[in-house]
Amino acid sequence: MSRRYDSRTTIFSPEGRLYQVEYAMEAISNAGASMGMLAKDGVVLVAEKKITSKLLDSKAVGVRKEKMYKLDDHIACSVAGITADANILINICRLAAQRYYFAYQEPIPVEQLVQSVCDTKQGYTQFGGQRPFGVSILYAGWDEHYGFQLYQSDPSGNYGGWKAAAIGAGHAAATNLLKTDYKDDITLAEAVPLLVRVLSKAMDTSLAVDKVEIATLSKDPATGKVIYKQYEAPEITPLIEAANADKAAAASS
Amino acid sequence: MDYLMGIKGPDFVMVCSDTQAAHSVISIKHDEDKIVPLDSHKMFGIAGEAGDRVNFSEFVIANVKLYALRNSTELSTSSVAHFTRGELAKALRSSPYHCNLLLAGYDEKVGPSLYWMDYLATLNKINTGGTGYGAMFVLSLFDKLWHPNLTEAEAVDMMEQGIAEVKRRLVVAPPHYIIKIIDKNGIRTVKTV
Repeated sequence: MSRRYDSRTTIFSPEGRLYQVEYAMEAISNAGASMGMLAKDGVVLVAEKKITSKLLDSKAVGVRKEKMYKLDDHIACSVAGITADANILINICRLAAQRYYFAYQEPIPVEQLVQSVCDTKQGYTQFGGQRPFGVSILYAGWDEHYGFQLYQSDPSGNYGGWKAAAIGAGHAAATNLLKTDYKDDITLAEAVPLLVRVLSKAMDTSLAVDKVEIATLSKDPATGKVIYKQYEAPEITPLIEAANADKAAAASS
Repeated sequence: MDYLMGIKGPDFVMVCSDTQAAHSVISIKHDEDKIVPLDSHKMFGIAGEAGDRVNFSEFVIANVKLYALRNSTELSTSSVAHFTRGELAKALRSSPYHCNLLLAGYDEKVGPSLYWMDYLATLNKINTGGTGYGAMFVLSLFDKLWHPNLTEAEAVDMMEQGIAEVKRRLVVAPPHYIIKIIDKNGIRTVKTV
């Protein structure tokens, strides 16, 4: 019976649901996981890459970054869902950030960027007859109004500010783990290994260097500038080894 | 024939404008306030073509208010200055706004600032400046008198000297003026002359 209301994205079902939006969220639950955690002195994002193959050219730019993207000097994001859809949204985010800077000569406050992208996403659930974007995004940013922030948006155009969030495969399990493990005054140095451990626990397979992306947003104590850092293999390896060891120890005990 | 001058001190900004509204050679109104508030700590002094200056300043004020309501936070003086300049620039090559502006504001983190804008979308951050015929006589006088540790009383005295100079030397000098100030407590009228 619900089939009758599926083909049009922009109408309600009799029970008052938007099926296309729900199906989009289903698509994302099958995609590579992304998680974020807010610390006192920064934000960390980790993600599981789904596209791994010996044949991938590791020197080509697009390969290393499948999940994490810089939106402006002070904002980065991690995506989960249909990669091609995500690319469009990331471009929209970047445009929004630069348009704001052009008008005001100041960096866009993080929440305003999230709001403007979410307004776009909402449009695809209400008019135009086009399907929604099959992407959820975690935004990590810093601005002078609210300091470090972590936001999550989904295909409906809803967003929320979070202390820790997980999207993509295993997000329900990861969210549960985050609820127990997170503490309010955590530092970035503590948050990074913690989030990697949560990722490994929520994944079926054990982590490998070419399957994980890690990025942090923090401030340089000397200059006060916001730094976006994507971890390279030598930095990722010890973190995932520790997480895999933890997981093995927990499984055997 | 509008007279508009601004002075920035270490913890305040002062703007003086004449209060005459003229239509060709007739003075319609003697108490037209050309210094309009944007919010509690920012104001525009506006000079130029009668319709444009009111229309443009009201447009900017509405946008500033909308931003504050949408985002639960106020724009800084610097961002308002750049936004305003951007709007002047956008309209410049189709239907320009023929107005010159002084933007005066006080931000908690930055302190006082004074911006000068003209109808060609020029933007400058200044310590002293102004627009119109009157500015011609008064800019060099202010250059001589201004120093970084100006007090409010010294600034008022500077403004009054400027007004006196304009009345002495400008052929059709406006008769009445208003002086306003912004400091950490907000906008206040100092005096009318």
